Amino acid sequence: MRDERAPGMWRTALAVLRKDLLLELRGLETVPAMILFALVTFVIFHFGLGRDTIDGQLAAGVLTATLLFAAMLGINRLFVAEREQGGFDAFLLAPVDRTALLVAKALALLVFLAVLELIAVPAFGLLLLGPPLGSRLPGLVAVLALGDVALAVIGTLVSAIAVHTRARDLIGPIVGLPLLLPALIAVARGAGPVLAVHGSGAPPGRWVAILALYDVVFALLSYAVFDFLLED
Amino acid sequence: MSWRRCSTRVDQLPAIELRGLVRRFGERAVLREVSVTVPAGATLAVLGRNGAGKSTLLRILATLLRPHAGEVRVFGEALPRRAFAVRAHLGLLGHDPLLYRDLSGRENLGYHARLYGVAPRRVEDVLDAVAMRERGDEPVRLLSRGMVQRLAVCRAVLHRPRLLLLDEPLANLDPAAGGLVAPLIGRSSGATRVLTSHDPAAALAEADLVLGLQDGRAAFVCPPAGVDQPMLEQLYA
Repeated sequence: MRDERAPGMWRTALAVLRKDLLLELRGLETVPAMILFALVTFVIFHFGLGRDTIDGQLAAGVLTATLLFAAMLGINRLFVAEREQGGFDAFLLAPVDRTALLVAKALALLVFLAVLELIAVPAFGLLLLGPPLGSRLPGLVAVLALGDVALAVIGTLVSAIAVHTRARDLIGPIVGLPLLLPALIAVARGAGPVLAVHGSGAPPGRWVAILALYDVVFALLSYAVFDFLLED
Repeated sequence: MSWRRCSTRVDQLPAIELRGLVRRFGERAVLREVSVTVPAGATLAVLGRNGAGKSTLLRILATLLRPHAGEVRVFGEALPRRAFAVRAHLGLLGHDPLLYRDLSGRENLGYHARLYGVAPRRVEDVLDAVAMRERGDEPVRLLSRGMVQRLAVCRAVLHRPRLLLLDEPLANLDPAAGGLVAPLIGRSSGATRVLTSHDPAAALAEADLVLGLQDGRAAFVCPPAGVDQPMLEQLYA
């Protein structure tokens, strides 16, 4: 009795993604907060470190930590509309592949992170970074993109767990940060040489490979367990 | 209250078969050994006090909750194992409208149309049917409760479900709005219906079969003619 009209996984994911982006455009609740948080953190680092400019591993550490904590704001809010406005039930009622929700939410978070970095990275270059960004940008973008995939996949998984709990604002960071730690170490280690004054501008292959492997492992893991997180 | 079981004519493949359905929340059993068979195209009214298990029963039929024991079949498909096979044929109208407040009615229905693979034209048809076409672009949060309920009806019937699960479907609707939604969720919709109501007289008028729930147990399963005032008084006592 299966309904032939039921859309496939990707069409469903795109429908959910489109709805999420529309909701964010209407409410402007998540991305502006992430951007503001990142900019304020750079200012705090600027004065807290007592240095006009930073570079190398220190710069990579500051950038990674700032983007991580800004991302946590987005992760915590990822399923809020679904929980508070019945979106979960509406989705679960539909004859669709439930993995589409994981894909859509991860893509939405990826878009949020891309917009955040579009503003935060140049701001970091202006406020804190010693060496000019120009030639370093491709290497940095590659490392950040791989880091964003880890943040998006693990963040979606953690957010789906946390949203069903009363202490969801705590569960997100408590469960998410340890899971993200290896990926963030790889991002910081990968970006360090890129941001060094005399660096080559290219990230070390070893850390890029670790990051890519981590992305693949958690994407597969999330795919395997996500359905169970939606079960009653 | 003693158990009463009245015979009911079943001349087609049942739309719903419940046998010994049990559902718990923690240690508390919300539904206990509930059994009922609903023929295709018939309307089952579920009556009972607050907390009797009416909404839980609807959520199990909607595949949103798993039964803990017993057998549940919808259109012959066993739940929850075959839930995917029946979801396209279910329409749930519950207490929550399942609409995003920051999106307009038209955007909400467009989203649901995409989830069900329904042509966009159908969105305009259902908006027309409930006289919401003109207000279809306003964010849901700006609409009155009655208008939101009309949109919720649109959402529930958008994909022309064969089984309508209606939890207090006329809540927040004035008589005129009730008349507007009647062709979509009333008997003339042609769908099998399970409806709950706190207005027994209205529910009995709509029903072919009545399930009285008391503390999660089926106190009676009867055609409406078999439900008398003392039974109702005991049910709501």
